[in-house]
Amino acid sequence: MTSVFEYAPAPESRSIVDIAPSYGLFIDGEFVDGSGEPFKTVNPATEEVLSEVASGTEADVDRAVRAARRAFTRVWGPMRPADRGKYLFRIARLLQERAREFAVLESLDNGKPIRESRDVDVPLAAAHFFYHAGWADKLDWAGLGPGPRPLGVAGQVIPWNFPLLMLAWKVAPALATGNTVVLKPAETTPLTALLFAEICRQAGLPPGVVNIVTGAGDTGRAVVEHDDVDKVAFTGSTEVGRSIARAVAGTRKKLTLELGGKAANIVFDDAPIDQAVEGIVQGIFFNQGHVCCAGSRLLVQENVHDEVIASLQRRIGTLRLGDPLDKNTDIGAINSAEQLARIRELSDVGEAEGAQRWQPACELPERGYWFPPTVFTDVSPAHRIARDEVFGPVLSVLTFRTPDEAVAKANNTTYGLSAGIWTEKGSRILKIADRLRAGVVWANTFNKFDPTSPFGGYKQSGYGREGGRHGLAAYLKGADQ
Amino acid sequence: MTDLLDPHALAAETPPRREPPAPFRDVTRSGAAFRAFLHGLPGVDQVGAEARTAVLGTRSIKTTAKAWAIDTAIAMVDLTTLEGADTPGKVRSLAAKAKQPDPTDPATPQVAAVCVYGDLAGIAREALAGTGIHVAAVATAFPSGRASRAVKLADVQDAVANGADEIDMVIDRGAFLAGRYLDVYDEIAAVKEACGDAHLKVILETGELVTLDNVRRASWLAMLAGGDFIKTSTGKISPAATLPVCLVMLEAVRDFRAATGRQVGVKPAGGIRTTKDAIKHLVLINETVGPDWLSPDWFRFGASSLLNDLLLQRQKLRTGHYSGPDHVTVD
Repeated sequence: MTSVFEYAPAPESRSIVDIAPSYGLFIDGEFVDGSGEPFKTVNPATEEVLSEVASGTEADVDRAVRAARRAFTRVWGPMRPADRGKYLFRIARLLQERAREFAVLESLDNGKPIRESRDVDVPLAAAHFFYHAGWADKLDWAGLGPGPRPLGVAGQVIPWNFPLLMLAWKVAPALATGNTVVLKPAETTPLTALLFAEICRQAGLPPGVVNIVTGAGDTGRAVVEHDDVDKVAFTGSTEVGRSIARAVAGTRKKLTLELGGKAANIVFDDAPIDQAVEGIVQGIFFNQGHVCCAGSRLLVQENVHDEVIASLQRRIGTLRLGDPLDKNTDIGAINSAEQLARIRELSDVGEAEGAQRWQPACELPERGYWFPPTVFTDVSPAHRIARDEVFGPVLSVLTFRTPDEAVAKANNTTYGLSAGIWTEKGSRILKIADRLRAGVVWANTFNKFDPTSPFGGYKQSGYGREGGRHGLAAYLKGADQ
Repeated sequence: MTDLLDPHALAAETPPRREPPAPFRDVTRSGAAFRAFLHGLPGVDQVGAEARTAVLGTRSIKTTAKAWAIDTAIAMVDLTTLEGADTPGKVRSLAAKAKQPDPTDPATPQVAAVCVYGDLAGIAREALAGTGIHVAAVATAFPSGRASRAVKLADVQDAVANGADEIDMVIDRGAFLAGRYLDVYDEIAAVKEACGDAHLKVILETGELVTLDNVRRASWLAMLAGGDFIKTSTGKISPAATLPVCLVMLEAVRDFRAATGRQVGVKPAGGIRTTKDAIKHLVLINETVGPDWLSPDWFRFGASSLLNDLLLQRQKLRTGHYSGPDHVTVD
């Protein structure tokens, strides 16, 4: 009586979200028209236009920064820290209350599976607000010196891969430390940030404390280059990060950059193989590989290579690609046509350079932007797919023979954001982790995030830390400054 | 004790050890070799295994998929009564329910087997004659397994003679935990021999083995020794069947078939009470070992109260509304 267990469609209802046909900029507590040419945001799974969003010009950004400055000097800066904490707690609770709404909207605008937006993005975003709410009145004891003070106005530019979560990573510490914010969400994923603006109003947050200015690269540049911005925080590509560093150089602005990565996920021969395979899958196919800390280079010990790859391929064969709103979907849509083109291009280069491409039998929807989970074997450190960040569901497999070789290959990258180690030997975990030049090293797990844990990179992965005590330092100046 | 039962026990020659299937023929050549083999199996990271089953637990199984899953789960049930108070009447009533789980809907599938103590296997056999429903009997001094081998083998032979065509044995957990793996192996092999044509399910009692590394080793040991099924628990020890344990056992049968070509079934038992639990197990099979195990020939639920919940959910799908406990039969 063998038969196939077909899961019936189980879509999350999108009726819970109410998407307006158009959105303005959120400045000084009000939605106002932008002066630039509005742009459309689409659902990458269907190419359906979701809404039209205002584009902020230099003048709009100036208005936002002035509102933020006013709020900083008159309200938010002088406010009792415990009261600032209350607002943050309120925001965190509202995020939880409206979690389903945020999850559905995030999946619609970004293309990520609802399972991830529901179980990872939104709960973690709320957790960041809860965590930082607790810090608001305890900064004197954060170990950052006596009486640390806020910087002023923070200009923040965030990427499209975790739109709400990256907003939380930026806004929560900024507000908890007494700064006000002008935030520019990514062009392809502005909607959850605009829903967050509504939460700010619902929470009664004083006008001007959080300002959200949508737009493309030029809007972001205006935020970064504005004279009255005291702090710039950016998450995104290394290329843009470099130009921001150039623009900020020589000014008084403090800067944190969280950029790209090409993380090594190192599997030793004594690893728990089944769980390591899960970790490899989680490392590279989580969020379609649109993760700066994705484990995109699998370094597997040569004597278990075949076993691991066979197991990995079998496991990838069970991944369910399709409608991001279906609760059983594992792999959603690629966020944009532009990103899809880049993934295709780099994959083709991988093949041309001699690596072996493997993809499971997998039906792709006709409309929308899709790329199947892909594994390249026979990859050499000289290949571009072993060096360039693909930012997609593409895994490059390399081998090593000894722990020293594993460390050398893992560190042989211009990036240094994260790494993974899989072994049952505790002493080896400690020894290898110590030698890896990466900001985050996971042991027998991957892509686990927590607001208490600082996150950030080495080398071209950027500088500064977000989360934990270290993350607070990026938004504070000591009594000596 | 052995001497009392069998005066020639000391004089009798030890029979040659049953050989494990290729390519593992030589792993039982000595206690040290067997230990090295079992301890050389890849470890299990408990946190990772729990995380994996937690994600699979969020699968949303609705409408047609749910209907299919409920019918499949019903057909996989080993309807069980293992009480000191069991009587022929109780077993006959259970057999009647096994044949026709839901009297209001004859389209409801039959269960896979009725599981009883060995002395009642004959009653069950008689009551189930001609139905195709199997008679499973627990044996080998169930549930503790604390008896001499001769007693255990006599228990098995008795149950088979009474009409059981499936034997659920318990392993000697004491020997396993003490590292005497070959003793456990020899005992399973001897029971397998005593079973004759009857199918052998080997109960690992994972609640007493505790670690997932032990679950993997015991699974391999039981499969090498000739078990046709590996089963989690007796139902008398808590925790009984859990999803991470079942995951590790499914990985073991998957890897064992890949290596030897021989397919072994899996039976979680104890603690699975709701349709939701049962469906989580079916999802676990589907995404760990695939459809080859999605059949009563290769997967069973050892349960008593599960069946009624499956029937209530089945009625709900059919009629659109929930009924109450009086709409399904008491066992």
